[in-house]
Amino acid sequence: MKIAIPVNESDMKSEVCPSFGRAPYFLLYDTSTKESIFIENPAANSPGGAGIQAAQTLIDQGVKVIIAPRYGENAAKVLIDGEVKVYKNLPGSAESNLAAYQDNRLEYLADIHPGFHHHGR
Amino acid sequence: MAGKKIAVLSGKGGTGKTLVAVNLAAAAKNSCYVDCDVEAPDGKLFFRPEIAETKEVCVLVPRIDLSECTACKVCVEFCRFHALAFGKKPVVFDEVCHSCGGCALVCPQKAIKETARIVGMIEKGVSEGVQTFCGSMNMGEATGVSVIRQLMDSVKNETRLTVIDCPPGSACSVMESIREADYCVLVAEPTVFGAHNLAMVYELALLFKKPCGVVLNKCGDGNNPSREFCLQNGIGILAEIPFDSALGKLNSEGKIAVRVDYPKKELFFALLARVREAAE
Repeated sequence: MKIAIPVNESDMKSEVCPSFGRAPYFLLYDTSTKESIFIENPAANSPGGAGIQAAQTLIDQGVKVIIAPRYGENAAKVLIDGEVKVYKNLPGSAESNLAAYQDNRLEYLADIHPGFHHHGR
Repeated sequence: MAGKKIAVLSGKGGTGKTLVAVNLAAAAKNSCYVDCDVEAPDGKLFFRPEIAETKEVCVLVPRIDLSECTACKVCVEFCRFHALAFGKKPVVFDEVCHSCGGCALVCPQKAIKETARIVGMIEKGVSEGVQTFCGSMNMGEATGVSVIRQLMDSVKNETRLTVIDCPPGSACSVMESIREADYCVLVAEPTVFGAHNLAMVYELALLFKKPCGVVLNKCGDGNNPSREFCLQNGIGILAEIPFDSALGKLNSEGKIAVRVDYPKKELFFALLARVREAAE
């Protein structure tokens, strides 16, 4: 199974990125091979629909679990349809959050952020 | 002969676009007023027009026949606005869709049809000889561009002077509002922030190759960074509206200065004359 975490840098020690849709990178961890790879988020600088594009990218990668501080309504719609589960991260690195997930220390992320769409017109 | 179209714009809200636009149209008497600020349409609060016609504004959005969809995701890859996604089935984001119709064209199964969705409304009315076209968008809509496009379409062949009250800022909705304009009136406040926003709309007017001039609003004693910006860049100052509590009071009561007994209303007639001359 693949787990994804939005990260600021392509490094296991990186903090979890506060933004899902516009995170610069995603850490992809495969629980069966125990391999970690980093992919660039194609939506990071997208003019619009970043959450949707980021969610689609992870679904296309076969991700089933995401660890993130929050995510938007549009991303949620795609992730629910793709049957991807989202857990809330704990303070600390991507690496420590992977460990926390595997120890069942993370909780489902229930609150969905309404987004910052079009507030700047 | 087509009438001149004058767009009134500013880099931020609350600068005085509606004050200037409403008074220009009212001063011209036999004219058109188009309220393109469809997110906060307040021109009608001043004109209180008698509504002659109401029209819904629709856009086309994709509807996917799930029985025909083969999950090829060609539409998802095609949509540059990311209005389409695919988890276990296609997901359509109506508010993100720009109605380009591309998804329906590229679908190899022809499983996508476009259907109309109502996004806003246009009210056509009249107020003492001023023909008013007021647009509004429905709650929750992400963009007013489609409403503005239809508004501007309504006055395409207008022979009278047309004043366009633009949305604030310098984004897509403003570009749509000034596209057909012959002249741009930039309204600016006497603050550093006001000058910064003036610089943004000035850049937009230059980009669209529109002749323009500035109205300095809320002018008082002391320095005016917006005036300094005009002087530095050689931009003509069309009028200076004083920071005047009497004018503020009129405005807050939804009154139009040139239609009431406002002692300084001549400044709007002078502005109209300068704008007409400049737009020729």
